[in-house]
Amino acid sequence: MKFAAKRLAMLLVTMVVVSFLTFAAFSVISGDAAAAKLGTEITPERLAALQAEMGLDRPLMVRYGEWLAGFFSGNLGTSYSYQQPVADLIAPKVLVTLCLSFLSFLLIAAVSIPLGVWSIRYEGRTGWFWRFWDIVRTVFNQLCMAIPPFFTGILLSWLFGILLKWFVPGQFPELTEHPGGALRYLFFAAVSIAIPRVAMTVRMLRSTIISEMRKDYVRTVISRGNDRGSVLYRHVLKNSLVPVVTFLAQTMAEIVAASIVVEQVFGIPGLGRMLVASISNRDYPVVQVIVVILAFWVVLASTLADLVNQQIDPRLRLGGAK
Amino acid sequence: MKQNNYLRTGLFLTGVLAVLICLGFFWTPYSPTAMNGSEKFLGPSLRHLMGTDNFGRDIFSRVLKGAGTTAGIAFCTVAIGAVCGTAVGALTGYFGGIVDEALMRFNDVMTAFPSILLALVFISVLGPGSKYNVILALGVVFIPSFARVTRTAFASLRDVNYVKSVRLMGAGKARILLVHMLPNTAQILLPAITIGFNNAVLAEASMSYLGIGVTPPDASLGYMLSEAQGMFSAAPWYALGTGFTIVLLVFSVGLIGEGLQRRGKEVA
Repeated sequence: MKFAAKRLAMLLVTMVVVSFLTFAAFSVISGDAAAAKLGTEITPERLAALQAEMGLDRPLMVRYGEWLAGFFSGNLGTSYSYQQPVADLIAPKVLVTLCLSFLSFLLIAAVSIPLGVWSIRYEGRTGWFWRFWDIVRTVFNQLCMAIPPFFTGILLSWLFGILLKWFVPGQFPELTEHPGGALRYLFFAAVSIAIPRVAMTVRMLRSTIISEMRKDYVRTVISRGNDRGSVLYRHVLKNSLVPVVTFLAQTMAEIVAASIVVEQVFGIPGLGRMLVASISNRDYPVVQVIVVILAFWVVLASTLADLVNQQIDPRLRLGGAK
Repeated sequence: MKQNNYLRTGLFLTGVLAVLICLGFFWTPYSPTAMNGSEKFLGPSLRHLMGTDNFGRDIFSRVLKGAGTTAGIAFCTVAIGAVCGTAVGALTGYFGGIVDEALMRFNDVMTAFPSILLALVFISVLGPGSKYNVILALGVVFIPSFARVTRTAFASLRDVNYVKSVRLMGAGKARILLVHMLPNTAQILLPAITIGFNNAVLAEASMSYLGIGVTPPDASLGYMLSEAQGMFSAAPWYALGTGFTIVLLVFSVGLIGEGLQRRGKEVA
């Protein structure tokens, strides 16, 4: 319990630091935003007046405090380019991106864990076939890691969208009205995010399990007459779980990064697409909020992973091994 | 030592690509920007290895130039990340103390931002559209991961016997770090550099694809893919040629990394 409390406190501190850094970074350029808004009609007086109107003339910490208070009460400021509250703009998109991340995550976990465990079963066998198999596996793994999600996305949306007509590229069904169609649409995006990550996770699982299999306790259990398979499932898997959970949490960060690009490929109206459009429009209030939301999402995932890990491994709970 | 075919194949493929890319800086079969109205949407042939696009531009020439931009940016990015990251990691790992603790906590915060997200933040602060801003943004983003890897390596070597004995022999700190410890971390650093290079290629391509990275007149593989996506039905060879060039580039460097890691395991 003490551990959980400490971890949650750390989560809060990290979130405050993350949001402050983002806020500070965008404060540096907000002056430009006022200047950009005025365009050619810029005079020093007008600039000062607009900066005052946008609240840019007050100290950084005050503005940060107000922004943070607004963030938690749902008042996220006003978009420069749409003249609408940022909250209204973003609210429908958060759900879409959340669904996409979850779907990708499920896909990665569901495919890579069985695949990784299966790839261990034949480890250590000799003979030309297994040597050849090892090469095929490694090359295929490297190939999958080399495919950028947006390229897979282009190929998938052509194959399944235009050739097979399983979905219409560019026409994303309303998530709340047609959840089935929307999820099918998101599934293809999730596949293109998942392929390189599955390859990485399988690789990571393999090396974790193999190094665990070399430990003394495994030798002991085998010498007492158990076969490799049952040792793998009954002992080794449990013990290799901690690094895997940590790795999957890091995967969340990669999913978020990939979803920014993949949303663009498939024309999915999510946070990533909004982010890119807002950066091009120099719409900093929107960019700022989206960056903070995505970063929170990643921090939350890694906190959850830590909490799960200390449930799995009592040593972490006692604070012995860090 | 056992034959390391992964390393060998990877080096060979990367070498071939590097030669092609270097060639592309000086000479391309056609001008990458020359339009030819009578040769629109031609399929791949001996005249145009990867066909032509909607303006009749030779795609192979464009891919050569684009690969040069992408690989060049990735190279500079990794150089910035690796040099700064190694310096920070080596110093904090060797000396430890409060600075080490503080920098590692800062590092934890930085990992909350996925690499592309952080690069996008930097880009929007620096201003989009310039090649140098992309290099700077990505370079800074890559520092923490290198620092982390190097720190672990240096911290684990700090109290190893050979380091202790050179310290007793009166070697200066710079000498211990650079001459004695750095070569022994190569086993960890070199694979990290290959992985970093691949991440940089993918990040640059993604950013250009989004239209926030390199913009015309500079060709970049990512931007070309976003162009190619719109004409996939009319000219699939455009997207395929560009996409597979990225795959091949990342794959070859990935093989080098795989080979280096396997060699590291054999030595250990």
